[in-house]
Amino acid sequence: MAYLDHAATSPMRPEVLAAYTSALGVVGNPSSIHAAGQAARALLEDGREAIAASLGADAVEVVLTGGGTEAVNLGIKGLYWARNAGGRAGGAGGAGGAGGAAMPRIVVPMAEHHATIDAVEWLARHEGAVIDWIEVDALGRIRLDALDAALATGAGEVALVTALWANNEVGTIQPVRAIVDAAARFGVPVHLDAIAAFGSVPIDFHASGAAALSVSAHKIGGPVGIGALLVRRGVQVEPLLHGGNQQAQRSGTQDAAGAAAFGVAARGATGLRSAGQVDGSQPVASQPVASQFVASQFEAVHARMAGLRDRLVGGILSTIDGAVLRGDPDSAGRLPGNAHFTFDGCEGDSLLYLLDAAGYSVSTGSACQAGVPDVSHVLLAMGLPESAARGALRFTLGPETTEAEIDALLTALPGVVEQARAAGLAARTPSLGR
Amino acid sequence: MRVLAAMSGGVDSAVAAARAVDAGHDVVGVHLALSRNPGTLRTGSRGCCTIEDSMDARRAASLLGIPFYVWDFSERFRSDVIDDFVAEYAAGRTPNPCMRCNERIKFAALLEKALALGFDAVATGHYAQVRTDSAGNRELHRAAAWAKDQSYVLGVLTAEQLAHAMFPLGETPSKDEVRAEAAARGLTVAHKPDSHDICFIPDGDTRGWLAERVGATEGAILDREGTRIGTHPGAAAFTVGQRKGLNIGFPSDDGKPRFVLEVRPKTNEVVVGPREALAVSELSGSRFSWAGMPPVLGDAPLVCEVQVRAHADPVPAELVLAGEVIAGAAIAGEVLAEEVRDTRSAGGPGGPGGLRVVLRDPLDGVAPGQTAVLYLGTRVLGQFTIDRTVSAVPA
Repeated sequence: MAYLDHAATSPMRPEVLAAYTSALGVVGNPSSIHAAGQAARALLEDGREAIAASLGADAVEVVLTGGGTEAVNLGIKGLYWARNAGGRAGGAGGAGGAGGAAMPRIVVPMAEHHATIDAVEWLARHEGAVIDWIEVDALGRIRLDALDAALATGAGEVALVTALWANNEVGTIQPVRAIVDAAARFGVPVHLDAIAAFGSVPIDFHASGAAALSVSAHKIGGPVGIGALLVRRGVQVEPLLHGGNQQAQRSGTQDAAGAAAFGVAARGATGLRSAGQVDGSQPVASQPVASQFVASQFEAVHARMAGLRDRLVGGILSTIDGAVLRGDPDSAGRLPGNAHFTFDGCEGDSLLYLLDAAGYSVSTGSACQAGVPDVSHVLLAMGLPESAARGALRFTLGPETTEAEIDALLTALPGVVEQARAAGLAARTPSLGR
Repeated sequence: MRVLAAMSGGVDSAVAAARAVDAGHDVVGVHLALSRNPGTLRTGSRGCCTIEDSMDARRAASLLGIPFYVWDFSERFRSDVIDDFVAEYAAGRTPNPCMRCNERIKFAALLEKALALGFDAVATGHYAQVRTDSAGNRELHRAAAWAKDQSYVLGVLTAEQLAHAMFPLGETPSKDEVRAEAAARGLTVAHKPDSHDICFIPDGDTRGWLAERVGATEGAILDREGTRIGTHPGAAAFTVGQRKGLNIGFPSDDGKPRFVLEVRPKTNEVVVGPREALAVSELSGSRFSWAGMPPVLGDAPLVCEVQVRAHADPVPAELVLAGEVIAGAAIAGEVLAEEVRDTRSAGGPGGPGGLRVVLRDPLDGVAPGQTAVLYLGTRVLGQFTIDRTVSAVPA
C-alpha cells in the first residue's frame, strides 16, 4: 500500500490541519471593520506573509485565488488584457487577429498544463489572440532557440510569455532564468506556472524576474481551494472576477482559514520556520515570519525523496523490459519526487487498475475527460507515438514516502506489467465471438 | 468470483452490479467511454455515452462501495460499431448497432481485457438469463420480464462468451421491480429515464446522421416493374418496410400507401410497392453462431421460432440446412449444426452450407443485414445475419 500520486494532491501535513481547523473556528470577515473581522484579517495576512516569504516575494504581491487554475487564468488573461488595455491597433490589425489587439501574440511551450493551454486557446477563440507554440525537446524541455526565434520576429506584438517552472507530468525542470532573460530582452513580461515546482525546488520570485507566478496550496500539503498569483510590483493584471474589490486583482470574500493553512504549508514545504514555532501545536497566532531559509532541512527532505525516486527508477529499469523513463534522466533536471515511465504494449488504464487493486495510488499523469485519461499531449509534444504514450504511468513521491513502500512496489510491478501487456493485446485483437 | 460490472450510468446496470455484490462476488465497476469527446454524444435525450452517464455510474459504484474505473473503448467502438453501422447502411443493409456492440465490445474487447486482468465474468444489466443444463452447458434464455427481454441483442454470443456472462436482472419479473429496488438501495439513478434509439446519434435523427456520413445523391424510386415513379435524396438512408419520406407526389393505382421493398445501393435505387409485397416467406444467411451447444439437425426440419428485430414478436419457422449440406446431412443421417459452420466458408453467404428458415406465415419488412435470432421456447438457439429473403408474393 502506498500513495504515490503527490503531484495530483498531497496529504495535508498535521501542522497544516491543526492550523486550518483552528482558523475555521474564527468568526469574522477579513474585510469587516470590527474586532472579529480584524482577527480574521490577522490570520489572512499571517498566511499571505508566509506565502510571500516562502517564495521570495512581498506580501503585497500575493493575490490569493481559489486555486492554481484560477491563478494561471488570472496570470495569463490578466496580463493579456492589461497589455492590450486601451491599446487596440486601430486598423493595423493584419497580424492583430480578430480582436484587433495591439499585442495579440502569446508565446507558450507545447507541453504546458491544461490550465494554460485551455486559457490561451480561449483567448485565441474569443479575443483574437495568436498563439506561438514553442516546441519542447525529447525530455520535455523548452527549445530556447525556438523561443528566441519567436521573440525575434515582432516582439512588439507579444503580450506575454507563459511557461511551466517544472513539467507536472514528466517532472522536467525548465530553464526559467533563460526564458525570463530571453523575454526581458524584448521587454515582454513572463508568467511562470510554478504549481508543480513549488515545494520541490527553491523558488525566488524576485530573483526570477518574472512578472507573475502561480502556486497552489494542495500540492504542498495545504488545503484544496486556495492558490496564489504573485504579481510583481508595477505589473498590471486585469481581474477575472469583479465585485467587492477585496483584492485589487480579485474580488470575493477572502479565505482567512485557507490562507492561514496555505501559509503553514508553504513554510513547511520550503523549510521556512516562523520564529518561535516548535511544532504544529501553535502555528497560527500572529507570529512574525522569520525569513530564514533552513536550507539544510529543505535539502535533506528532497535528497531523501530523490534517493527513493532513484531507487524506484533503477529498480524498474533493471527488472522490466520495455520500461522507458520519460523526462530528464539527470536527477538535477527533474523534480525530486517524480518518476515517469512508459511501458511498451500496456494501456495506462490496465496498469492503473492493477496497481490500485494492489493498493498503490498512481496516475497516468495526463488530464482526464470524464475519468478517461487522454493520451498525454506532453508525451506527444516530446515526440512519442500515441501507442507508446498510451502506456504512461507517473509515480510521484512525497516527504512521507518510505523505502519499504518503494521496495514493495518494485516487487509487485513486474507481474502487473506482464498482466497489463496481456490485457492490452486482448483488447486490441479480441478472439472471442463468432 | 471476481466480477467486472459494466455500468452505463442507467438503473439496470446499477442494480445488476448491486446484486452481484449481494451474491458475494468481488465486484469492480467499469464505465465504457465510447467517445473521446463525450460531450458530442447525446445532448438531448438519455443515452449511455455522456459525461453525465459516467458520473451517474461512478456515483452508483460509490454507493455500492465498489471500485470504479472508466475504460476507453472509443477507438474500438468507432471501428467495430459506428463505422460498421455506416458501412452496412451504405451497402443497403439494416444493421443493429446494439447487437454489434455486445458482440464486439462488451463481450469481446471488454470481456477479454477483463479475463486478462484476472476477472472471471462480466456482469451487465441486460434482461436475459444464462442457465446451465444438466450436462453443464450454458444456455441463453429470455428474461422473466418478457416486455423488457433483451435476449435478441445477446443472441450473437457464443458458448465461450456465455460462460463468462452474468445477467443479474434476468429473473426479475418487471423493470418496475428493478426501479423500486434501486430506490430502496438509495441509488440516485432509480428514476432515470430509459435510454432508447442509438446512443451515438445525438438527436435521434438517424437519417440526417447517415446522410452526412454515407453521402446522399439523388436517385430513382422505382415500382416493382422497374418504372421510375419518383426521386429520393439518397438510397442509403432508406430501409425495407419504410413508408414515410418517399414523397412520390401521386397516389398508387389502387390508392394504397407504398412501402420500401428493396434498397439498391450500387445503382442508388429504391424499389417501392404495396404492403403485401413486403411479405417474405423465407430467410437465409450466413455469419451464424450458436448460443451454446449447437442443435442437432437431421432430415426433418427443426421447428423453432424466429425473431428479426429487437422488439418484434417471434414467429413460427422451420430451420433447414441449405444447399449441398442437406444431401450430406441426409447421407449421414444427422449432422451437428456446428459442422455446417465449418463448411460455410466454401459456400459463401447464403450459398451451400448456409442456413435457411422457412416461415410458417409470411413476415413483413425484413431487411438484409438484420439479424434473425432463433428460439426454442425461451431458449436462444443462435442467430444469423439475413442476406437474402424470398418474397411470399412474387411480382
